[in-house]
Amino acid sequence: MSSKRNRFRLGLEGKRAMMGYLFVLPFIIGLLTFFLVPLIQSVIFSFNALEVVEGGYSLRPVGTQYYKHALFEYISVENESQSFINLILLAIGNMASQVLLVTIFSFFAASLLNQKFRGRSVARAMFFLPVILMSGVILLVDSGDLLQSSMGLTQVDTSEGAGQAVELARVLLSTRLNSSFVDFIVSAVNRIYEIVSASGVQILVFLAGLQSISPSLFEASNIEGATAWENFWKITFPMVSPLILVNTVYTIIDTMTNSTSPVMQIIRNEAFSNGKYGLSAAMSWIYFIAVLVVVGIIGAIINKLVFYQE
Amino acid sequence: MSTVLENKKRQRKLPGKLLGGRRLTKYVLGQYAWSIIRGVIIIGICFLILYPTLVKILVSFMNEKDLYDVSIRYIPKNPTLENYKTVIKAMKFGEGFWNTFKLSLSTSIMQLIACTIIGYGFARFKFKGRGFLFALVIVTLIVPPQTIMIPLFLHFLNFDIFGIFELISGKPLNLLNSMAPFILMSMTGMGLKNGLYIYILRQFFRGMPKELEEAAYVDGAGLFKTFYRIMLPSAIPAMVTVFLFSFVWQWTDSFYSSLFLQSTRVLATSLSGVSYQVSQHFYNMTGVTTVLSPALSSMYTNTASLLVVLPLLIVYLFAQRYFVESIERTGIVG
Repeated sequence: MSSKRNRFRLGLEGKRAMMGYLFVLPFIIGLLTFFLVPLIQSVIFSFNALEVVEGGYSLRPVGTQYYKHALFEYISVENESQSFINLILLAIGNMASQVLLVTIFSFFAASLLNQKFRGRSVARAMFFLPVILMSGVILLVDSGDLLQSSMGLTQVDTSEGAGQAVELARVLLSTRLNSSFVDFIVSAVNRIYEIVSASGVQILVFLAGLQSISPSLFEASNIEGATAWENFWKITFPMVSPLILVNTVYTIIDTMTNSTSPVMQIIRNEAFSNGKYGLSAAMSWIYFIAVLVVVGIIGAIINKLVFYQE
Repeated sequence: MSTVLENKKRQRKLPGKLLGGRRLTKYVLGQYAWSIIRGVIIIGICFLILYPTLVKILVSFMNEKDLYDVSIRYIPKNPTLENYKTVIKAMKFGEGFWNTFKLSLSTSIMQLIACTIIGYGFARFKFKGRGFLFALVIVTLIVPPQTIMIPLFLHFLNFDIFGIFELISGKPLNLLNSMAPFILMSMTGMGLKNGLYIYILRQFFRGMPKELEEAAYVDGAGLFKTFYRIMLPSAIPAMVTVFLFSFVWQWTDSFYSSLFLQSTRVLATSLSGVSYQVSQHFYNMTGVTTVLSPALSSMYTNTASLLVVLPLLIVYLFAQRYFVESIERTGIVG
């Protein structure tokens, strides 16, 4: 009797598991055909010279030639004759300040939007507007736009925007702060539009996290006589800290794989303008590994600092 | 008597704000001050977000003279709709709009369906390799699409399933310049940023009370019925969010559209070359090669980008209520 019942229960669980596979089946199919196979092929392409022929393509093995070329010989004419490695390092440097600023700003904005005030829903709708206004090709077009930069919106070295920042830099330097710190602040001010517009999804994630903190935690701490400052550092901050990890990783990937990034444009142009498929594949692998290393290191560091409830 | 004493004790323990007098005014003043500061910050950020678009709108109504006139900064002296007319003709906006609309709508519906099903599968069923598969969802987000673009391109250039098409027609199918690559990738949760959507929906389903489903099972509903009668209606805010994201990002995506649709006109790809198209248009009209000055070509580009964004703003206007509401209820939380 009991063994029969046991078998029935196992069967039920097995059935649930089968249904689970059924639900994720589309993903498994897509993963194999449109992700893993192309991924492996792209490794193969990076070691071969590829030519498109009728009804397919032909490969001629060339060993690690493309990797060597990309790492040691390649010079990008469009980007002031920088080497590929330099461009990657530049991209990582850019990313570092961007990630820091975006994370801080989006956390700040989410805390603001989480408070109760009149017109909150309008403010929220506004803050997420950049998800639309600054996506994909619009961003691409704007970043190289003349009128925008002459209005002091996107770039630093133009009339008015620069004027304000110079003034700010002077004031900050006169306070004898560390000059690299001043540089950081000034660049933050100059890039504020870029930062605000790159923060849409991150604000969303933080806001959802803030909303999910149980109000009873705050009630309890208020009864104990905690101040707002203590509440923030002892409750709010630890509770959303896992999301700092999520947002940091998302921002790293978003900035580094953005199609406005020079490295991305080189990879694309090498393949489709110059027809060097193998070189492009090798470059994209080098870049991918660089991104992976960066994500791994930063993720591991933040993961140590994060507070998990379990 | 004793209760009065207790009450007095309790009063002394309460935080200052209830003790009236000076502390109260200080507290209220602080609140007022903060709400003013907050208002200024929020209005400032809103202005920052809107400013470039406002400038674009104003510039798009300027005529060429206004553009070079130093005395004009924002408000055009001779407002004109000429820019819009030119850009609409040069971009063949109607055709591009229709193609983009078809493409975005079909892919985002497909992606929504696929990601909802997949997300539900990850959230509510236990099976072997679930954690590993879900890690792969994140991996699909991390790998830059540029890494797999060439194989994908070749894949769709010579599309075949186990050699079936080659057997039937003698050669593999060329699916480029059709919507098929987008549909196929969307159906399998491999479209643009689909990993993010799967993640959002999985988190949402995970946050929903299990009792809801159990009650449905007890009442005799099967698994699929429970899914679409109980779970789906509650997931609408998250689904609207995902739909909005996928529609917008597909609309403005120039990466996949320029990869798979080289001869089909969609807005995203024609926007990046709009100044070239405008000078072509002038050439066709007058027979004289015109070189657009940088300022002028930038004005056309801005006008065109406004036209591309406008439909999205209308969609956002309707969707934002759900969108903002969904934030209150999703747990897009780890």
